[in-house]
Amino acid sequence: MKVEAEKVMSPAGSPQVPDPEAMNQMLPLGERRAAIEIENLSKKFDVVAVDGLTLDVMEGELFGLLGPNGAGKTTLINMLCGLTKPTVGTAKVGGYDIIKEIDKVKDQIGVCPQETALFPYLSGRENLDLFGSLYLMPKDALKKRSQELLAGIGLLEDANRRVGKYSGGMKRRLSLICALVHEPEIAFLDEPTVAMDPQSRHAVWGFIRDLTKDGKTVILTTHYMEEAQELCDRVGIIDHGKLIALGTPAELIEKYSAKHLEDVFLQLTGRNIREEL
Amino acid sequence: MKTRRIIAIAKRDLKRTAREPAALFMIFLFPIVFVIAFGGAFGGIGGSSSPTYGVGVVNLDNISTGVATGQQWSSLFVNSLSATKILNVQAYPDNETAQMDLAQGKIQAVMIIPSGFGASCSSFLASPGDASKWVNTTVLLYFDSGSLFATQAISPIFQQVLGTLLDGGQQTVAKPISLSTPSLVNVQKTSAFDYMAPGMFAFASIFMIMIVAQSFALDKENGLLKRIRMTPTSPSEFMMSQVLSNMVTAFIQAAIVFGLVYLMGFRPLVSSITIVLSFGLVLVFSLCNVGFGLITATIAKSSGAATGIAFLFLLPQLFLGTFVGASLSGAAQSASRFVPSFYVTDALTSLLLRGAPMTSPTILLDIAILVVSSVAILIVGILLFGRILRES
Repeated sequence: MKVEAEKVMSPAGSPQVPDPEAMNQMLPLGERRAAIEIENLSKKFDVVAVDGLTLDVMEGELFGLLGPNGAGKTTLINMLCGLTKPTVGTAKVGGYDIIKEIDKVKDQIGVCPQETALFPYLSGRENLDLFGSLYLMPKDALKKRSQELLAGIGLLEDANRRVGKYSGGMKRRLSLICALVHEPEIAFLDEPTVAMDPQSRHAVWGFIRDLTKDGKTVILTTHYMEEAQELCDRVGIIDHGKLIALGTPAELIEKYSAKHLEDVFLQLTGRNIREEL
Repeated sequence: MKTRRIIAIAKRDLKRTAREPAALFMIFLFPIVFVIAFGGAFGGIGGSSSPTYGVGVVNLDNISTGVATGQQWSSLFVNSLSATKILNVQAYPDNETAQMDLAQGKIQAVMIIPSGFGASCSSFLASPGDASKWVNTTVLLYFDSGSLFATQAISPIFQQVLGTLLDGGQQTVAKPISLSTPSLVNVQKTSAFDYMAPGMFAFASIFMIMIVAQSFALDKENGLLKRIRMTPTSPSEFMMSQVLSNMVTAFIQAAIVFGLVYLMGFRPLVSSITIVLSFGLVLVFSLCNVGFGLITATIAKSSGAATGIAFLFLLPQLFLGTFVGASLSGAAQSASRFVPSFYVTDALTSLLLRGAPMTSPTILLDIAILVVSSVAILIVGILLFGRILRES
């Protein structure tokens, strides 16, 4: 069902043209524009890490990318971020081609990598300042944004401490806001809550939800199925580089007659332990 | 290329250097400890107790000529050498006896004053501007090849004293009497420390190889390079920031070393332009060390391995190219021509110690080799590490 953009009247009675972006966010997920368009994307190292993957992620969607270790999730994100070139296939991120227009892609995205890659000898605030500067944010805006993010993620009191002195959970939270300091339209969050205590995890969940409320698109990879079930609009399960299931958590649970998303995951990917080498 | 990105990353590197105890020690504290230790050991502390070096003088002019002026000139020269208080001048009746003492290590150098020495001096004094009327002679020198002091210190002192004798130290380029060392000494009193001081600039800077290699390898290990690559920062912006931050570090390091050696008695009698040029040479040399650091980080699989591999580049530079090299064998001294640190040390020694003009062919050649080799090594380092950066 397409929702037509309607003319609305301002209080003064003059016609107002609605913001197309805002209108797009009001549409049901399936009818929004695609923020990420992946078509037949493959990456071969010694083995095939991603195998002919086709997928659209819509604007403002919180999309969960699930899969066992070595399934190809991080390789897929690396290709979408321009770190790795695909062997075959194409993708567009924010409307830009990941091969031909990677500089424009990088301006659109924020990436929170799997490892807590922060500068330990800088304070939390200095880390944010550095990342904001790399995106050429105006200094005043950067200062204001850093303050908001530090307060939002519960790190304001420790903002001037060196990151080397932070706990693991604090580093993960800081890593997350460093990826978002420049207010990217699309965020790739690679296991952002790994090794966090429940309090921190719930704080991060709230933070991620707020992102989508602001119309941002989020790609979330996680091994915590309850996290995916709780947060994601849709999830895609990848194994051996192929997309083997796609839908809302509720649809997948119903389709596979499971109690939880974790049961679906285990049904589809098996119970054998995987190790990522 | 965006300047703001370059400055942001360079500031990060400088903060790391200032905040990481290991980097701070290697870059700044180590040179301080090292300069004080060497200064104390080689006469930089307590200027009045500088060591003296035994020099045997065979005055053929005194013996063979009956001309009164000739005797006066050679005696004056020998007395002037004794007056430096650094040289312990001993008269020998003939070359054979002097050579015997030199071979036995009783003295560190032998100087043969030729028979026409006095006539040369007189001819120069009579027509200082007309070389065609000069009587040209050569003072023969024999040094103990194993003595750092003899090979480095004595010849410039001879040159200095001879210059003072002939033209009051005005550094007239041409003279009728030649020595094996072409440059002149501008210092009145020279200790072994003075001869080491120019090498200390290079010595301190060389340790940047290890710091650069460790920091890059650590950033690679911790996923920081990958994270920077996820931002719009280009590899050229990143590399430029590294060059900038390391040049700032090298400048601060050179300023610390200069301040310390000055406090310990090193007084280069040169213009401020020469000192600025000297700092410039140290900065150029730092590019070479950044290049070696990048090559090391490319090879190393971890920051620990980077420390070990850095020594492959660091030790030859230290032992062949800085002041330590003067006491090495002939073969090792020939090998020193292949390390960039030799050229920066040689140029700094000529500029700061011998007072040679910047336009002297020796210095120009040193600078040319230093610039070309440093830029080439930096480019190789950037190309190799750039590949790692793209693959990280």
